[in-house]
Amino acid sequence: MSTDIAANDSIGEINKYDFRTESKAVFKARKGVDAEIVNQISEMKNEPQWMRDYRLKALEIFNSKPMPSWGGDIDIDFQDIYYYLKPTDKQGRTWDEVPQEIKDTFDKLGIPEAEKKFLSGVKAQFESEVVYGSLKQDLSDQGVIFTDTDSAVREHPDLLREYFGTIIPSTDNKFAALNSAVWSGGSFIYVPKGVKIEFPLQAYFRINAENMGQFERTLIIVDEGASIHYVEGCTAPMYSSESLHSAVVEIICKRGSRCRYTTIQNWANNIYNLVTKRAVAYADATMEWVDGNLGSKLTMKYPAVYMMEPGARGEILSIAFATKGQHQDAGAKLVHCAPNTTGQIISKSISKNGGRSSYRGLVKVEKGAKKSKSNVVCDALILDPKSRSDTYPYIEILDQDVSVGHEASVSRIGEEQMFYLMSRGLSEAEASTMIVNGFIEPLVKELPMEYAVEMNRLIQLQMEGSVG
Amino acid sequence: MSHILRIENLHVSVEGKAILRGVNLEMKFGETHALMGPNGSGKSTLGLAIAGHPNYEITEGSITLDGEEITEWEADQRARAGIFMAFQRPVAIPGVKTADFLRHATTNVRRPDRKEGEDLIPMREFRKELKSKMEQLKIDSEFARRYVNDGFSGGEMKRAEILTMAMLSPKFSILDETDSGLDADAVKLASASIAEIGRDKMGLLIITHHDKLLEHNPPQFTHVMLGGRIVETGGSELARELHDHGYERIRKTYPDAEAANQEMLGKEEPAAV
Repeated sequence: MSTDIAANDSIGEINKYDFRTESKAVFKARKGVDAEIVNQISEMKNEPQWMRDYRLKALEIFNSKPMPSWGGDIDIDFQDIYYYLKPTDKQGRTWDEVPQEIKDTFDKLGIPEAEKKFLSGVKAQFESEVVYGSLKQDLSDQGVIFTDTDSAVREHPDLLREYFGTIIPSTDNKFAALNSAVWSGGSFIYVPKGVKIEFPLQAYFRINAENMGQFERTLIIVDEGASIHYVEGCTAPMYSSESLHSAVVEIICKRGSRCRYTTIQNWANNIYNLVTKRAVAYADATMEWVDGNLGSKLTMKYPAVYMMEPGARGEILSIAFATKGQHQDAGAKLVHCAPNTTGQIISKSISKNGGRSSYRGLVKVEKGAKKSKSNVVCDALILDPKSRSDTYPYIEILDQDVSVGHEASVSRIGEEQMFYLMSRGLSEAEASTMIVNGFIEPLVKELPMEYAVEMNRLIQLQMEGSVG
Repeated sequence: MSHILRIENLHVSVEGKAILRGVNLEMKFGETHALMGPNGSGKSTLGLAIAGHPNYEITEGSITLDGEEITEWEADQRARAGIFMAFQRPVAIPGVKTADFLRHATTNVRRPDRKEGEDLIPMREFRKELKSKMEQLKIDSEFARRYVNDGFSGGEMKRAEILTMAMLSPKFSILDETDSGLDADAVKLASASIAEIGRDKMGLLIITHHDKLLEHNPPQFTHVMLGGRIVETGGSELARELHDHGYERIRKTYPDAEAANQEMLGKEEPAAV
């Protein structure tokens, strides 16, 4: 009897992300990307002319840029994707205002529950639009802004325009250009001087439709001495054809501020996840990226911190898990632009059942960034002979009197470790899960408890090979 | 309780090289056996073959526990059936807390039919038991939060193995040189702990070069291994003789086994766990 229950439970777990919602879009643009589509998106959003021009210019840049010649194999037919799908007419301020079937989706994903328990605010994006948004009253009273980026264009035009596209210009890379042309949704956050937000703000991104492209655009401004922890989660159901997720995230950490941005990405295994994330940190500010990549067909993502003034600090913790049919090309970038800046990259990757994970990272010390320190540690764990791990560390040092360290290790899951645990009564599956969980423990313990539990659970699903 | 572990005509190869060449041994629950022999004679190999190490291929013979043949069983099945081995150099599992590991292990061994994902022993109950066992063995409580064998000193590793044995309370324990690499005080503590936990409460097979461990745990039987076979079995007086006078007499008495032993030594002993 107990066995049956356990079996049913585990099926429930598998299906937790892989379900489709029958949802009627209020508007769905035709497939493909061109000036007409871009104009249509801008029209639907009732945008000011400058943003429409920005988009059209970005489209030209997108069309003129070649595909990246490195990283993973990208086989995308850009004309076979839906670029804009508006699921509902208005954004809910309470969950009751969200259309029932979409609310059910986020219920299944546990978002309203998490919101009640431990979050300061939530944004839930379904396809192209943010369908629900909340922020605790005391934070809005203190002047914190947490809204979707579309609303910010209308409601906070000066603040948005001052920073939008300044950290990641459209010309940065082909996918940043595409996002700049067709972006929709994402979070806009402003934390005023000295305001410290205790509990995380969370955004949840859900792709539901087939052949859907999701292009959210996030801009976070942390003013002097302020602090924030922002968390994003991402899932989608499994379809037979590929979808594309291509976000741009820009972060500005002003003097003495602190920002932690945590991602737990669990896209379905048919999603190309090609994301550009970059932060600038000014004097004595700290920017931390905690980047967990478990899902997707191919992820190419290298969160960056540019340390602009003395005392700035950048930390990037990256976890990648690639199983059958997956390629995680993940990594990090640290750029020291000022003296006495400190950076750290810790990367842990796991490859299983034919999966491939790569660490690709850059540490650059610009001229004049004397007495800067950077340290990179990347460890790879390969679970079987079919799987693969690569390391591509790039180091550019343009000044002297700096300290840059790099350590890399690759290990195969030890036969002796497996035997040791099994000789104590653990099954083969329990033993390998325990070894993998131990391997990523140094990173998982950095997560708030609820996310650490979630991360361990996702790892367990990956280990069972049952994540859709 | 009456349990019997029986090894019959056991032949074991590692990477195609024969190490054990027909070992016979019978142990009953509550008995203490000493397994002695010069380097490379196959003592650790016997232990690892009983524990079910996948690299130790049983080419002939059988291992039975209470009449049931376990020769083909995986290591975890054997552990759940009551077989335990304290390793000479247990591997580290970085990132895995000793307490979490022990809670999994203890649950599985006590509930051999447990499926993955089913509940573990309740945390409160487990902690209480672990704490009392740690006090009994004079192990610092901070130990439970450390990662399994990670950065442990030689002495800490051995004590962790004894703690595991105490939690799992197996039917038969193989202790592979649990005294090696320890200073005199540590050997005394380990010996006393083994006596307290294991004596009369399980069958003990103590692999050792020294007599310290055996002072606290006087064996009813002493087996001498040479060239992959048990060539002689006696009482505790045999252990004393070997300790005082070494293996000269044994080597001379069993020239065939001695030749096999020399041949195996030339091949480099397989790395013990």
